[in-house]
Amino acid sequence: MQNVEPQLTKRFGLKDSHKLKVFLESGGYSSLKNLFPKKPAEVIEEVKASGLKGRGGAGFPCGMKWSFVPQNTGKPIYLAVNADEGEPGTFTDNYMLNNDPHLLLEGILCACYAINSHTAYIYVRGEFYEQIRRLNAAIEEAKKANYLGKNIQGSGFDLEVYVHRGAGAYICGEETGLLESLEGKPGKPRIKPPFPAVVGLFGCPTIINNVKTLSSLPWIIANGAAAYAAIGTKESAGTHVFGLSGHVNQTGYWEMPFGLPMMEFINNYGKGVKGGALKAVIPGGSSCPILTAKECEDLTLTYESMRDHKTMFGTGCAILMNEHVDMVKVLKNLTHFYSHESCGQCTPCREGTAWEDRLMKKILDGEATTRELGMMLEIADNMEGKTICVLSAALAMPVRSFIQKFRVDFEKYCKPASVAVPEAVS
Amino acid sequence: MAVEFKKETKDEFETIAARYPVRRAALLPALWLAQREFGWISMDAMRAVAEMVGCSPAQVLETASFYTMYHKEKPGKYHLQVCQTIACLLNGSEEIKKTIEQKLGLKPGGVTPDGQFSYQPVECLAACHNGPCMRVNDEYHENLTPEGVGKLIDELKKKG
Ligand SMILES: Cc1cc2nc3c(=O)[nH]c(=O)nc-3n(C[C@H](O)[C@H](O)[C@H](O)COP(=O)(O)O)c2cc1C
Ligand code: SF4
Ligand code: FES
Repeated sequence: MQNVEPQLTKRFGLKDSHKLKVFLESGGYSSLKNLFPKKPAEVIEEVKASGLKGRGGAGFPCGMKWSFVPQNTGKPIYLAVNADEGEPGTFTDNYMLNNDPHLLLEGILCACYAINSHTAYIYVRGEFYEQIRRLNAAIEEAKKANYLGKNIQGSGFDLEVYVHRGAGAYICGEETGLLESLEGKPGKPRIKPPFPAVVGLFGCPTIINNVKTLSSLPWIIANGAAAYAAIGTKESAGTHVFGLSGHVNQTGYWEMPFGLPMMEFINNYGKGVKGGALKAVIPGGSSCPILTAKECEDLTLTYESMRDHKTMFGTGCAILMNEHVDMVKVLKNLTHFYSHESCGQCTPCREGTAWEDRLMKKILDGEATTRELGMMLEIADNMEGKTICVLSAALAMPVRSFIQKFRVDFEKYCKPASVAVPEAVS
Repeated sequence: MAVEFKKETKDEFETIAARYPVRRAALLPALWLAQREFGWISMDAMRAVAEMVGCSPAQVLETASFYTMYHKEKPGKYHLQVCQTIACLLNGSEEIKKTIEQKLGLKPGGVTPDGQFSYQPVECLAACHNGPCMRVNDEYHENLTPEGVGKLIDELKKKG
């Protein structure tokens, strides 16, 4: 693997890494001398050329998303920062906010300059109490030192940044649910189009970006797109903070370039699987289709390799399971999660997630036959592509991949279909 | 019983409301202020919030009821929120839940008769690599063991 200096986590070991003094001493805000001489459109081109993709889960090219913002509406343009981090198995924004809030602010400044926005809201999940405290303190420090506020560092550019505390709803991580929540409403996702880049917060053009996407920007602006694109692989440029949880000897997170083989990640960084041989990996948060140990053999930590293995890069935080895991219990955990978190607007999602959960209970209780497995797959098919947001699909994908790849586990719970009297599931 | 915000809280709210072009947008912050001041979001607190924000009590109810972190009932002095999602499950959250339920005699959503403890299983807290984990009020406790949780509860009991 390439030997690359850390960009996102380089201050994590420093004492008081969250304070402006330490930030400045370690190169903080050095991107500004490259940023302000450029025209906003040039910054967008630079970020496009860098190959930076959104780190919030969907992996959409960052610069391209910015270019969708219309600059002629006469309305204000907003940046909404997604720090809602709720995808099960995902925990790295937590540490970005805690250890280097100023890096995020510098990234916000780069993004707002590029899209011509003068107001940014950081939407932070309500549980991150300490992170919110640090962010607010960082904003105060940055304002005093004129890295935020009016005429930032004599550039003529103005920017205000505010923290908005969420209150415990996974769906507010979905970008339009987040906007609804920012407007003081229940976080129910909006129908797209119109896309938020055109009609977003308060009816104005709005860009929503994840914490790590934004925190990647200062390095790109300071070192240039070509230097960033040279890190990682062609389709997966740069570095990322990868995480490991579940059955692994050394859980945690590590920043590295894209491209490491998954098994090397597990064995060298995670010090191997805990409690038995590897059975399965959910590669990037619970919504991603699960992979068998065999499928992981030639998997690399890149967007393209995940796609080739019919799963998703997601958030880059992998959940490991050893051979003793009961896949039925794990899937029940997920059906519960998604049915609990469905906002309830769309029938296929509200009913589908609830039915999947009820069927899982029936299977676990030993009251189902293999017929129910077929029903679960059928319901999954009806949950995809028919809803306002992809939460519904985010359960359909695990259901399908769990049952297809670990059918034996499920069949152990099932009575033979021929002797059972079919009964309705209510 | 009608409740009213302190003057300082109302002033604090005005500073927050000025951050948004629309007053209604400050509803989540207003509910946080209410929870800090009154301890939980009663119907009366919702009315006070509606008045402060300038929206209808129904709008406040609609929003407050959507979000799990606003207490619609009075929580215990120590509110235990145990993560029960996948990564924590794999590393033993069921045992943690059982320990709490047995030690405090609580079911999910319950409060002890003396009002000291309440308990709620919650979904992923974004500390998955240090699971099982829980929050006690606003503080994270990670890498939990049944023994450790038992001890923690004893300490909190002693502290009162
Ligand atoms: C149900 C659901 C939950 C999501 N939760 C998060 C989240 O917690 N954090 C996040 O950054 N993105 C989350 N996303 C993705 C966002 O909708 C959006 O794609 C992302 O914030 C865009 O930022 P990026 O382009 O910088 O990745 C979620 C999406 C869905 C459908
Ligand atoms: S898919 Fe589910 S979570 Fe998304 S908008 Fe529809 S009901 Fe809500
Ligand atoms: S699964 Fe428990 S903190 Fe994420």
